[in-house]
Amino acid sequence: MDNNAIIQIRELTKSFPMGKSKFTALSNINLSLEKGEFTGLIGPSGSGKTTLLNIVGSLDTPTSGEAWVLNQSIGSLSAKEAARLRKEKLGFIFQSYNLLAVHTVFENVEFPLLLLKIDAAERKKMVMDALEWVGLTDKVKSKPPQLSGGECQRVAIARAMVKRPSLVLADEPTANLDAANSHHILQTMVKLNEELKTTFLFATHDDKVIGYLRRKIYLLDGKVANDEWVKDYHTVK
Amino acid sequence: MKTALKLAYRNLVGAGLRTWLNVIVLSFSFVVIIWLKGIMMGWDYQAKSDMTDWQIGGGQYWHEQYDSFDPFTLSESHAVIPEQFNKEIALGDMVPMLMVQGTLYPQGRMQSVTIKGIDPHQNLFLLPTHRLDTVVDGIPAIIGLATAQDMQLEKGDLVTLRWRDANGTFDATDIVVVDIFSSNVPAAEASQVYIPLQTLWEMSDMEGEATLLTFRDEDEERAEVQGWVLKPKEVLTASVDKILKTKTAGQSVFYIILLLLAMLAIFDTQVLSIFRRQKEIGTYIALGYTRREVVGLFTVECAMHSILAVLVGALYGIPFLAWQAKAGWTIPMDAGDFGIAMAQTIYPVFSIGLIISTVLIVVVVTTVVSYWPSRKIAKMNPTEALRGRIQ
Repeated sequence: MDNNAIIQIRELTKSFPMGKSKFTALSNINLSLEKGEFTGLIGPSGSGKTTLLNIVGSLDTPTSGEAWVLNQSIGSLSAKEAARLRKEKLGFIFQSYNLLAVHTVFENVEFPLLLLKIDAAERKKMVMDALEWVGLTDKVKSKPPQLSGGECQRVAIARAMVKRPSLVLADEPTANLDAANSHHILQTMVKLNEELKTTFLFATHDDKVIGYLRRKIYLLDGKVANDEWVKDYHTVK
Repeated sequence: MKTALKLAYRNLVGAGLRTWLNVIVLSFSFVVIIWLKGIMMGWDYQAKSDMTDWQIGGGQYWHEQYDSFDPFTLSESHAVIPEQFNKEIALGDMVPMLMVQGTLYPQGRMQSVTIKGIDPHQNLFLLPTHRLDTVVDGIPAIIGLATAQDMQLEKGDLVTLRWRDANGTFDATDIVVVDIFSSNVPAAEASQVYIPLQTLWEMSDMEGEATLLTFRDEDEERAEVQGWVLKPKEVLTASVDKILKTKTAGQSVFYIILLLLAMLAIFDTQVLSIFRRQKEIGTYIALGYTRREVVGLFTVECAMHSILAVLVGALYGIPFLAWQAKAGWTIPMDAGDFGIAMAQTIYPVFSIGLIISTVLIVVVVTTVVSYWPSRKIAKMNPTEALRGRIQ
């Protein structure tokens, strides 16, 4: 195993039972991501990108092969260990934001810190810092239903980033946003990637997102079709 | 646990109207269950206390032939008052009562009655026997409201009474209704005519005899007396206990229905939560909660529902129950028709034990019930839950 790799995947296969047969979502995937990457899994619907993201996020396990994330083998983690990995090291950004609707913006961003049992004063500072990164300090008392889609996704980014995770997994983060909001969100993520050296892994088929990626891993029918680095990458677009 | 409490509190407060609807339904169950149990306790207390005051005192000696359910035994059930009771009778701590079968002729009709001879100066019963000292043209008598209504008699009415003396000879005279009393004890009222004991002794030729001897002190140890059967208070109130037990069983059904209502409110919230909040559950798991912790969070939320319900229930329940304890609950029909000692207005009795036990039962039951649907969370696939796909 490459010790510099933040994610290392070897011969990973994932299949799901479908009646009497089985559906193979991922087949013999081999990948390696290093710290600080801004990488995307690109492919059409059904190509396996979300399945791969879920395995990397320890929300699912491989059927065969190995997935090492932050030096932990996902397949051999207990439920408790997987939860600890997500709680301490991973941040998630979802297509439909997945904010807690009855909580305020502050409480939503504070949630991961509550799970880490960080004391109240420190929590408040960290939440306000995170909201400042995404430009939402004036919305601390608002609740998600009172926010626009773009604002909701910025809250989700703040929630994912507030604990300074090693790896952020973003599943179609701009799918529900218009172009202006998408660019704003992506610029925010690029900025955080550069400033905090957080690794970002996207699952997307949105050209707007693809335009910001430094590395593009194309998936097709559960296999890696292409893996390319962007030459002449300009930081903030 | 602290985190779960904090999150559960936020979820409850954030859910707004949904939370308050559940809390109000639950609090209603608390208050009604306590009120119902209070009514039962109040009825129990009142029935026994009224029976004591109007009919049985602290207990009785019955003549060995006397059967309260068989009026034909009355002709045989009388004997001279045992000497050993003379002192107690003189002190007013024991009241002898002679009972003779008779017939009253109100408004030209013929009505069977029990003639009860009682000392006008007794103060063991609440019966207004002092009115029997009234001088009138006839034998002074007091009757209960039930008898007065049944026989269409009013205070001051003169009515013919016929009886049979110790020798089997029939005789008749006029009695004057000097007072009509109202008790909550049908047995003390229905078809009963109270006249002075001395008068009845003379009328029946049963000088110095009695059918019943009622004593005041229920705690005093009493010996068996030949020819008389000791009937302690608990034996005399056994029929009331039996009726209350039956009523309690009936009330328990209502109690269980209310408890089910409370459980349904919580169960419904939980089941709905599993489906409506599955994305939220997926999010909790993605952010680092274990499934067990999510189940714990949902269970704590339900326990909090119950505790909130206790507080809300206390807010309107305490004034309501306090008012009920003072004003009582008036039964919307004639309680006398029930044939048992039952006041028209029942004053509920609320003990601390009753309140605490009810609150504990409802809180524990709703929390346990909430755990059951929460277990479904443990079976959720987090990746499906995150997308809200579970049916």
